[in-house]
Amino acid sequence: MSGDSQRFTRLRLEGVTRRFSGTAALSGVSLTIEQGEFIALLGPSGCGKSTALNCIAGLLPLSEGSIWLDDSRLDTLPPQRRGFGMVFQNYALFPHLSVRRNVAFGLQMRRLPRGEIRQRVDAALRLVRLADQADKLPGQLSGGQQQRVAIARAVVIEPSLVLMDEPLSNLDAKLRLEMRTEIRRLHQSLGLTTIYVTHDQEEALSLADRLVVLRAGRVQQVGGPEDLHTRPANPHVADFMGYRNLLPMVAGPRGGATVLVEGGGLRWHGTPVGDINPGQAVVAAARPEDVRITDPGDPSAVPAAVEVVEYQGREVAIEARCARGTLLHLRADRRYAPGCPVAVTVDPERLLVFPAGAGNGEEP
Amino acid sequence: MAQPAAWRHRMAERGVDWQLLLLGPATICVLGLFVYPFCYGVGLSLQPEGGDVLASYRRFFTDAYERDTIWTTLRLALPAALFNVLASVPIACRMRGRFRGRRALTTLLVIPITLGTVLTAEGLLNYFGPTGWFNRILLSTGIVDTPVRLTNNVTGVMLSLVITGFPFAFLLIGSYLAGIDPALERAAATLGAGGWQRFWRITLPLLAPGLATTFCLTFVLAFSVFPSAVLVGDPAGTTRVISIAAYHAAYEAYDYSLASAIAVIMGVIELIILAAVLGWRSLLYTGSTRGKG
Ligand SMILES: Nc1ncnc2c1ncn2[C@@H]1O[C@H](COP(=O)(O)OP(=O)(O)OP(=O)(O)O)[C@@H](O)[C@H]1O
Ligand SMILES: [Mg+2]
Repeated sequence: MSGDSQRFTRLRLEGVTRRFSGTAALSGVSLTIEQGEFIALLGPSGCGKSTALNCIAGLLPLSEGSIWLDDSRLDTLPPQRRGFGMVFQNYALFPHLSVRRNVAFGLQMRRLPRGEIRQRVDAALRLVRLADQADKLPGQLSGGQQQRVAIARAVVIEPSLVLMDEPLSNLDAKLRLEMRTEIRRLHQSLGLTTIYVTHDQEEALSLADRLVVLRAGRVQQVGGPEDLHTRPANPHVADFMGYRNLLPMVAGPRGGATVLVEGGGLRWHGTPVGDINPGQAVVAAARPEDVRITDPGDPSAVPAAVEVVEYQGREVAIEARCARGTLLHLRADRRYAPGCPVAVTVDPERLLVFPAGAGNGEEP
Repeated sequence: MAQPAAWRHRMAERGVDWQLLLLGPATICVLGLFVYPFCYGVGLSLQPEGGDVLASYRRFFTDAYERDTIWTTLRLALPAALFNVLASVPIACRMRGRFRGRRALTTLLVIPITLGTVLTAEGLLNYFGPTGWFNRILLSTGIVDTPVRLTNNVTGVMLSLVITGFPFAFLLIGSYLAGIDPALERAAATLGAGGWQRFWRITLPLLAPGLATTFCLTFVLAFSVFPSAVLVGDPAGTTRVISIAAYHAAYEAYDYSLASAIAVIMGVIELIILAAVLGWRSLLYTGSTRGKG
C-alpha cells in the first residue's frame, strides 16, 4: 500500500495555487525539493504556510497547478496514498487513544507485525523522551508533551517526506532549543526529507538547508541560510530576516560598488540590490547589529539621541532618534543613559539599498 | 477572619458550592410538579380495590393479555430507536462540512418534528393505506395484484416512529459529530487510514457515547408511543402497547390502581434499558473530542 519506504529523488511543485472563496491563499508556487533536503517555509502569520503544507499532504485540493513526485503526479492522490508524515499545527492527537496507540496508528495502518510495531513505537517514544508517558491519554499531557507525541507519530512511519507545521511553537525556550537539535539530528540520522513551517527566522536559519520565504501566498525568495541572511531579495524578506531598520530614502550618485542614499537626516553609502538610478526612491535596510556607535569625527557619522535601552545579556539594544525624527535600532556593548547624544554609522556593505516597492508586484 | 475567597476555596475543595442554592426555587417546582404526583401514583398503585398491597402488580403480570404489552412495546420501540440512530449516522456523516443546499436538506430531514404524531399518522393512512397513492402506484405498475398492508399493523406504527424519531436522532448526532475535531480524520488520513478505517477507528469511538445518549432519548420517545399505535396501528391486537393498557385500565375500567401500577412498570422497564445502555456508555472513552488537550 502506501509507500512508507518509497524513496524519491525530487518533489516538484508547479504553479501551485489555492483559493478560498475567490481569494488566493497561495498563488503560483513553484518549488523543487531534492531527496534528503530540509526545507523551511518561512513567512508571517497568514501568508499561506499551512495551506502549502496541506496541499502537499493532500488535505486540500489545489485550485491550479500540479505536484510531482519524480515522474508521477501526486496531487490527484488522496492523503492516505501519499505516505507522508505530518505534524499538525494543533497536534491533532487522537484523544481516545493512549500515547502508545497514537504513535502506533500509522504502523497499524501499514499492517506491520505486532512485535515490530512495539519495537518501533518504543524507539520513537524514547527519541522524544516520552517513554514514561506511553500509557497516558493525550489530554493528560502538557502542551509540549503533546507536540512531541505528534512528532513521534509522524516520524515513526519513516515517511519519504515529513511535513511539520510549526512543531515547536508551544514549547518553552529551553525545550525548543533541545527539540530543534533533536529534529535536526533526526533529519540527519533518518535522512528524512523535511518541509518545516515556521515563522521564526532564527529557527529556520538554524535548521534548514534551504529556506523559502512566503508573503501573501507568493514565494519571495528561495535560498540557503547565508543567502537569505546576507542578501535578502527585497525589503519584505529583509524585514522578515531581521533587518529592523527599513528607511525610506532617495538614491544619489553611484560610486563604484556603492550608492549614496539620503533622507530623514541621514546620508550614508549602501550596497544596491538591483538597478538603482540617481533620484530614485529607495528603501535602505540594516540590521540592528550592523548599526554602530562611532566617533563623532567619522565622516559618515550621524548624530542621534538615545531613547530606549534594553539589556539583552551580552549586549544592549538601543533605539535612537536622529535630528530629523528617524528612529534607528542598534546594538551597543555598554549601557547609555536615555537622552545621551551618540554618533551612529553603518558600513556600506551592511546597508542594503532596494528600489522602493520591490517585492510588491507580481514577482520580483 | 474575614477571608471570603479563601473560605469559598476551602469549601469548593470539599465539593461545596453555595451558588447552587440558587437552584432552590426550581427544585421546589420540580418537587411539586413531578415528584409529588409521581409518589402519589406509586402510592395509588399500592392501594388496589381488593387484595393486598401488590395485587395490582400481580394482576398485570398474571394476565397474559396485559403482560404481553411489554413485549409488544419493546418490539416496536427498540428496533425503531436502533434504526433511527443507525440511519442517522451515515446521513449526518455525509452532511458534515459546507455544501450548497445543506440548509434545505437539513430542513427537509427535520421537518417531521414540527408535524406532530397525529398529522403524521393521517398522512401515513392516506399515503400508505390500502387505497393510498403508494398502493395505487404498485397496483397500476403491476408489481403487486392485491394492496400491500402497511397501515393498521406493526409496520404502520414503525413507520410513524421512524418518521417522528429520526429527526431527533439526526439533529443530536449531527451536533455530536460537529464536536469532533475534523483535524483528527485528516491526521489519520496522512497516517495511511482510508475512509472506513478513519470512521471505525477515529470517528465512531469518539461518537459512540453520543450514540448511546441519542439511543436513550429516541427509545424513551418510542416507548411511550400512544397516538400512532392507536391511529396507524392495530390497538386491539398486534400494537396493543403498554400505554394503551394503562389507558384502558384508567379510563375504561376505571381501575386507577392498576393504571398506576402499569405506569410504574413502564417507568421501571425504561430505567432498566437506560441503565444498560448508559452502563455500556460508561465503559467508553467520554473525554474531549478535540485533537488538542
Ligand atoms: N479554510 C479556509 N477558508 C478560508 N480561508 C482560509 C482557510 N484556510 C486558510 N485561509 C486563509 O488563507 C490564508 C493563509 O492561511 P494559512 O493557514 O496557510 O496561514 P499560515 O501562514 O499558516 O499562518 P499561521 O502562521 O498563522 O499559521 C489566510 O489569509 C487565511 O485566512
Ligand atoms: Mg499555519
